[in-house]
Order: sequence, then C-alpha cells, then structure tokens
Amino acid sequence: MSTALTAGAAASPMRPATARRRLSRLADQVHQRALGATALLVFLAVGLIVFEVVRGSAPALGTLGWRFLIGTEWDPVADHYGALPYLFGTLVSSALAMVMAVPLGVGTAVYLAELAPPRVGAVVAFVVELLASIPSIVYGIWGLFVLAPFLRSLVEPWLIAHLGFLPLFQGFPFGIGMLNAGIVLAVMVVPTIVSLAREILLAMPGSLREAALALGATRAEGLGVLLDAARPGILGAAILALGRALGETMAVTMVIGNTNRISASLLAPGSTMASVIANEFTEATGQLYLSALTEIALVLFALTVVINALARLLVLWTTGGRRDVAGSA
Amino acid sequence: MVADPSVKPSPTIRTELPSRPAGPSGDGEDRRGPAAPATPEPGAMHAAPAPQIRLRTHAFDLFYGAHQALKAVTLEVPSHSVTAIIGPSGCGKSTLLRAFNRMNDLIPGVRVGGRVELSGNDVYAPATDVVELRRRVGMVFQRPNPFPKSIFDNVAFGLRLLGVRDRGELEARVEQSLRRAALWDEVRDRLGRSALALSGGQQQRLCIARALAVEPEVLLMDEPASALDPTATARIEELALELKARYTILVVTHNMQQAARISDLTAFMLQGELIEVGETRALFTRPRQKLTEDYITGRFG
Repeated sequence: MSTALTAGAAASPMRPATARRRLSRLADQVHQRALGATALLVFLAVGLIVFEVVRGSAPALGTLGWRFLIGTEWDPVADHYGALPYLFGTLVSSALAMVMAVPLGVGTAVYLAELAPPRVGAVVAFVVELLASIPSIVYGIWGLFVLAPFLRSLVEPWLIAHLGFLPLFQGFPFGIGMLNAGIVLAVMVVPTIVSLAREILLAMPGSLREAALALGATRAEGLGVLLDAARPGILGAAILALGRALGETMAVTMVIGNTNRISASLLAPGSTMASVIANEFTEATGQLYLSALTEIALVLFALTVVINALARLLVLWTTGGRRDVAGSA
Repeated sequence: MVADPSVKPSPTIRTELPSRPAGPSGDGEDRRGPAAPATPEPGAMHAAPAPQIRLRTHAFDLFYGAHQALKAVTLEVPSHSVTAIIGPSGCGKSTLLRAFNRMNDLIPGVRVGGRVELSGNDVYAPATDVVELRRRVGMVFQRPNPFPKSIFDNVAFGLRLLGVRDRGELEARVEQSLRRAALWDEVRDRLGRSALALSGGQQQRLCIARALAVEPEVLLMDEPASALDPTATARIEELALELKARYTILVVTHNMQQAARISDLTAFMLQGELIEVGETRALFTRPRQKLTEDYITGRFG
C-alpha cells in the first residue's frame, strides 16, 4: 500500500484514508457490482430460455415421452409426432458440412497464415470474412437457383452413375436435398474456420518454427509442428463452425427439400430440426402440435450443449489438460 | 548468396588468427586460442588429431537488404572448447552465430559474401544440404522454446526427423541426451508429461537435450541463460563446461562475467566487425584493442 511505503521505515501509524480515497474505493465497488450484474444477465437469459422451452414442450413431453425421439411418423392431423427424421437431418447435414468445410478451411488458413505473401494473406482473409457477413437467405437463394440446377444436371447424375453402388449416392437427382444443404452449410461455415484458424496460426510463436528448423526440419515438417501446437485452437474453430451449422435455419430450409424421411442417400431430400420449426411454427394450430415443435427446439438446444461439451472434452483430451491453448505464448 | 570479391578484409581483423587451408595438418601450435586446452587430450599435440578448427569464417559479410550486419568477419572456433561472442546489442553477434547453421536464410533479403566452414566444408556452398547442416550444428535459443509436446517427444523430435522409429533406440537416445543435459534425474519419471510444465531452466536444458539428441558436432547457444534466474543460469553454465568435452560450443552472451566464467576463447564484436578475439583471460585482463578495453571496463555498451 502506498501509505505504508510513503510513511517510511519508522513505525508511524497508518494515515487515515482521505475522503478522496474512500470515494474511489466506493466507485471501485459500484463498478465491480455493475459489471458482475451484466455478467449475471447471461445466466439469466440462458435460464429463462431453458425454462420457457421446457414449459412450452411440457405437454408433448408428457404425452409422447421417448416415442418423440425415436418415432419417424410426423402427422399433425393424427396428432402423431416422431422427430427422428429431423434429428437425423440436422446431424447428417452438419456432419456433411464439416467434412467439406474443415479441410478446406484449415487448408486456406494455413496458406494465408504461413505460405502466402503477407499482403495477399491479409486481402484474402478480408474477403473470406466478408463471406461470413452475407445473410443466410442469400446463401439459400444461391443454393436454390445456382447450386441446385448444377447438382441436378451435372454432379448428381455423375455420382449416381459412378458411385451409385454406394447407398450414399443412390436415388434420383433432385438437386435439392441433403447434399445441397451440406454444401451450402459448408460454404457458410468456412469463413468462421478460416478466420479463426488463421488468427490462431498467426499467434503461434515463431520460436517453435525456428526450433524445428534448427533441428533439421524441412519447411513442411516445421509447419507440421505449428499445426500440431495449434490443434486445440483449430479444433475450437471447428466446434464454433459446427454450432453454426447445427442451428442454421433459413438457407437449409430453402435447399433441403423438407420431407420427413430418413434416407441413406445424400441425394434424397430431408429436413432438419431448425427447418421444420421454421416451416410449421406459423401453422401449428393444435396445442400438442405447438408443444411438439417446441420440444424439437428443446432437443436442438440440448444437442448443441452436448456437442459443445463433447468438443471441450475432446480438446482437453488431445491436449492432455494443457492450458496453453494457442496464443498464450 | 554469392561471394562478393570486392569486399576487402577489415583492418581490425587480428593477424594472430590467420586463415589457413582446411585439413588435418595439425598446425595448431601458433594459435593463441586453445593454447591451454581445458580438455586434456594426451598426446594431442603430436598425434595430428582430427581438424582442430571446427568452425571458421573468412572475410564473411552479411547484408540485411542494404544494411551490412557483418563486415568481413574472420573467426576460427577450435574443437572441444567454449567460445564466447560478446558485444553490445545490435553488434551482429547473434547474426554471426546464425550464419553457422544458416538460420539467417529464413529472413527475406539476406545476402552473404565470404566463406563459412564447418569442419572444412563450405556452409554456403550451393551443394550444401541445409537440413543436414542443421543436424550437425545444433542450436539453443535465447528463450526456451520446447514444443507443446511431451518431454519425451521433444527430445525424440530430431531423431524422428532422421527416421528413427525403433522405440528402444528412441528411448535409449532420449535418456542419453537428457543425461548429458543434466535433466534426466529431474524428469525420468514424467517423460510423458508436457514439456511446458517444466520450469524455465528445465525447459532450457530440455532444449539442449533436444539439440544434443541428433549428435551434432557444434552447439550454438544464443544467450541461453538471459531469460533464466541465477540458479538456472549457473546450471546452464556448468552444463556448457561439461559439454565441451564432446561438442564444440559457441555461445553468444550479453553477460561478460558469463563469458569469463565459461569460455576458453572470447570474441568481441562491435557494429558488425570482429574487433578482437583471443584467449578469454587474456582478453579480459590485457585487451589489445582500445575498443575492447572500453567495452569490458563498461565505458559503453
């Protein structure tokens, strides 16, 4: 404390706090409480959302029980609700998107951060980030009017002809469907992966690369060391992207075909949890119908929580509990 | 990276260390450097052993773009000794150190002229395999820079680059390297733990073990203790003295006491020029150059 320091070595009594100092201490406390309150608001918001969704889905939870999650029949007229096709659609379209977006995004990030001339890297990174700011309905329109005809006339007939022996590529070339949704989602989440992974790679200490090179590593082997060190951060970027893909509604609704079927084929149309809510919420008349849709929202919410938790565990597991995630060096 | 013949040797280069043709000619008598070798080698003077000069530069220039960072540096580093390079910040001592394993290649716009030799081989020859060169010339950096991997994987890194896959051999050489770096007893039962959990001094010794694992001929140390506390510094210094029995050590240091404690030879650099090089005690007690005297007596730098 400054009072103790200025008082000198002699055992002089502490000077009483001046009014000015008391005021500043009060201001500190007010400041701290106010910021604490804003942080609490986050918990409050999440708590209220959970409460409202659970309350809204209570009738469906009570009436349908587990049949809701494993049933495949969705018939509002007969008040029969099985959400498995939507759960399936959400998981498959997001997984498909990640399969395409993660290699593409990480590859782009490595190029931009490590290989491209700095100016090129900065410009391309800016353009990639612009991609992230395009409204999702624009992606939906692109998927419907540009991607779908392309898939229908070229890609899907080719897949059927050459890879049709796989259940994944059997059926009819609709253009819209799971494949289209997966591609649109991939394009939408690539910017997230690129910009985060690039930042993480740029934050990696150059001393790591130097250490590798000084041991006789080639440029590629040095890059391997960097990527290895950046892995927890890159995994985090992929998780954020996955979260976005799971919840994406508008673009997916426009291109997925909206049928409640479970098909092994990526060419077949389907639905996701978000898309069925968007499609049917306004016409949900019966109380159980509305409640069933709300329960889908609850399941989607739970799914994202579970996936985030699993991903965190994965990061923890791959780093062996290390706390030095990218950038701390 | 073409030798520039127009560059004349700097007048400040001492003639006591003339450059001589490479080869095991056993002509070590007239050198001031290892006159009193700290590693007793019975009969070494008569047996015409392997080349006594491990590293050599001759009229070596290095440019960062238009800026000349090294000016006609001629230096010889004898085998199995510790040679210290001292000088104020920006004098080019780290740049000189990094010329021996060509780490300067990473910086865009670097040009070199003159000659650098490792055991008589031209380091900057077009045919030189830089990867092989860096295996033969290990390096320890100013700040400990272990990989975010386990202790074992850090030391095994260079071995794996060389294609060593056999688990038994890896384990044996990791243990040997850790023992040589005086770290084995502290980490033997936690080789699988993250290297980043070690203290700074332990991390630096781990980096030394990592460099030693691939059996280099030379160990370059770029201010290896400047980020460490006094106890850890003392351990690194002891280690340097132990390691010179097997390796040739070239150490850059800011700390003149450190140079005096651990080195056999000391080179003093100023503004890209090698001002004076000689036996450490002589250089610190009877410097031949006014600039050296001014520096070691603290008149500048």
